[in-house]
Amino acid sequence: MKKILALFLCAVLAVSLAACGKKDDNNPSPNNAKAGSVYFLNFKPEVADIYKEIAAKYKEETGVDVKVVTAASNTYETTLKSEIAKTDAPTIFQINGPVGYTAWANYCEDLSDTKLYSYLTDKDLAVKNEKGVFGIPYVVEGYGIIYNNAIMEKYFALKDKAVSISKASEINSFEKLNAVVTDMTKHKKELGIDGVFASTSMSSGEQWRWTTHLASVPVYYEMKEDSDGSTIVSTLEENDIDFDYSQNFKKVFDMYLNNSTTQKGLLSSKSVDNAMAEFALGKAAMVQNGNWAWEQISNVGGNVVKAEDIKYLPIYMGIEGEEKQGLCIGTENYLAINKNASAEDKKASIAFLEWLFSSETGKDYVVNKLNFIAPFNTFKEDEMPSDPLAREILNWMNKDVNNLEWTFNSFPSQQFKEDFGNALLEYVQGSKDWSHVEKTFRNSWKSERQ
Amino acid sequence: MALKKYFPVFVLPTLLAFIIAFAVPFILGLFLSFTEFTTVVDAQWVGIANYVRAFSNDDFLNALWFTVKFTVVSVITINVIAFALASLLTKGLKGTNLFRTVFFMPNLIGGIVLGYIWQLIINGVLQFFDVTITYDPKYGFWGLVILMNWQLIGYMMVIYIAGIQNIPTDLQDASKVDGANRWQTLRNVTIPLVMPSITICLFLTITNSFKLFDQNLALTAGAPSKQTAMLALDIYNTFYGRIGWEGVGQAKAVIFFVIVAIISFAQLAMTRKREVEQ
Repeated sequence: MKKILALFLCAVLAVSLAACGKKDDNNPSPNNAKAGSVYFLNFKPEVADIYKEIAAKYKEETGVDVKVVTAASNTYETTLKSEIAKTDAPTIFQINGPVGYTAWANYCEDLSDTKLYSYLTDKDLAVKNEKGVFGIPYVVEGYGIIYNNAIMEKYFALKDKAVSISKASEINSFEKLNAVVTDMTKHKKELGIDGVFASTSMSSGEQWRWTTHLASVPVYYEMKEDSDGSTIVSTLEENDIDFDYSQNFKKVFDMYLNNSTTQKGLLSSKSVDNAMAEFALGKAAMVQNGNWAWEQISNVGGNVVKAEDIKYLPIYMGIEGEEKQGLCIGTENYLAINKNASAEDKKASIAFLEWLFSSETGKDYVVNKLNFIAPFNTFKEDEMPSDPLAREILNWMNKDVNNLEWTFNSFPSQQFKEDFGNALLEYVQGSKDWSHVEKTFRNSWKSERQ
Repeated sequence: MALKKYFPVFVLPTLLAFIIAFAVPFILGLFLSFTEFTTVVDAQWVGIANYVRAFSNDDFLNALWFTVKFTVVSVITINVIAFALASLLTKGLKGTNLFRTVFFMPNLIGGIVLGYIWQLIINGVLQFFDVTITYDPKYGFWGLVILMNWQLIGYMMVIYIAGIQNIPTDLQDASKVDGANRWQTLRNVTIPLVMPSITICLFLTITNSFKLFDQNLALTAGAPSKQTAMLALDIYNTFYGRIGWEGVGQAKAVIFFVIVAIISFAQLAMTRKREVEQ
């Protein structure tokens, strides 16, 4: 008996040792090693499966291996940091703009001679300096206040509404928006909603809609006052921010909180998914988010929001001249090539990206599956995604309005965003007042820039 | 003779695993704490600058204080309750085995899962007061203490049961004959004889409480404003959350190691002295 047991244990040991030694490598054709292979570290979890499909298709067409790894939501920097130290490091990775570039400068290959760069419709969108071009944006996105027009029409049909306008599209200032929203809250029973705005998600890691997107608006206006150039650049150069429009930020934030589906004290347990689900189920009429959220809305089981009812409003803050304000249009998705990869791999990686953004098959994936509004001249007018939010973004881009740049690309650091988010949370919960938020915003900005 | 011949065969796999998974990362980590780096392969020597930054970092000192408070409270509660349960369950009551299993169960669930379960439970209760666990750092603190108790009591209880069952009954009978009451029996007979169990239980609870990470991350993630972040979580956040602070995170980790090592060795030395021969 003992002998059998001993033999068995030896076998287990041998097998496990063998398993350790086995290389976990799904590269069946060693010939391709010469042609280079691609390792793409994907930033967008919502389209992870589609990238797998694309990789398989590319392998089928060209025989080049493309390995796609997706970092889980909010862990991109963590994953990149550990992946890039490996021998088998990502050849294509993503930086989030000029601030991301400063962290990864030693790893970014100069892309100024690539076709990919020449495809860019607006060369100024790229992350570049006098040394070269290091990050190429691959998607243009926009955010604002998404609303469900079905509920809005129900409201405007009410006999005892307190506002004079009769269509959601007539809203063109904070004053009007606030009047409509407050009145809707009064009528929420008749409208069948729990609140006008979906939950202001405040749980940890879920505060980015406020600490980046919403904060981008007041910073944009502050920067615009001082210079006519790119506000993204001037934000990057700003070491001592005033946060002049803090009261405007507060007005909007308060509007979200006071007309929410959820009580203030409970917001710290809410995530973005919760908020999008509330919107998709028709429990809220509005939610602040970007066009990437369409996947989230349409995938909620029991979704009652029709595609044609989804519209955008700009985030009005009661700042002078805002009647002409549009959505916030920009990107924080820049592709970079790993400088330390082998020459073959770098070539293969660039070829893969060029294929994705210029071949018919690749473009079809980008437009119809990834739903990206690509900033490349290889895409014709009619080659744009058809999902309702992306359509709305394109509509707004063509309107005669002033679209805001994403100044949050140049916010000092992740730490700054967290400090700011923590202060907001304490404000929401009532343990600190607004002046604490202002103070944190200024101080953390200053100390993180040093 | 045979033993000598086969010695490397049996030792080598473990030794290799130890070197790869412990010794090399440890030495590398020590080295990295004196450098500035983005990824672990591009380090540049900066001397003790990282240690200076670590000690002048408020977050780190707050986390240290929070961890100390947490450890003191949970070590006491866990061991007292575990010991009480163990003495109850060695009295030969009905259903003893069932209870032992039930109390031990929570220890089989992973920390992250436990953290989320307790977050749901605690938020569910606090909902009646329209707040959540992140409303006040006190809630997070006691939430962590409850969670830690729930998880570790069963494990410590099993160790104490084994210790109590090892006490020869004649000693207890003798004390009864001598006229000792229950309290005196506990103080003068039971506790000295389960001292080995106390040593190991204290060691396990102190180190586990000090090194707590998953539960902290899942339950509060440090909210509000990092006031409930413990040392391990603070190190993690420094290393991964801040560009240019990787070395400081590493330095904090080394300091953390030294603290844990000193405390646990001191505790071992102190309780060992009190162990008696039967």
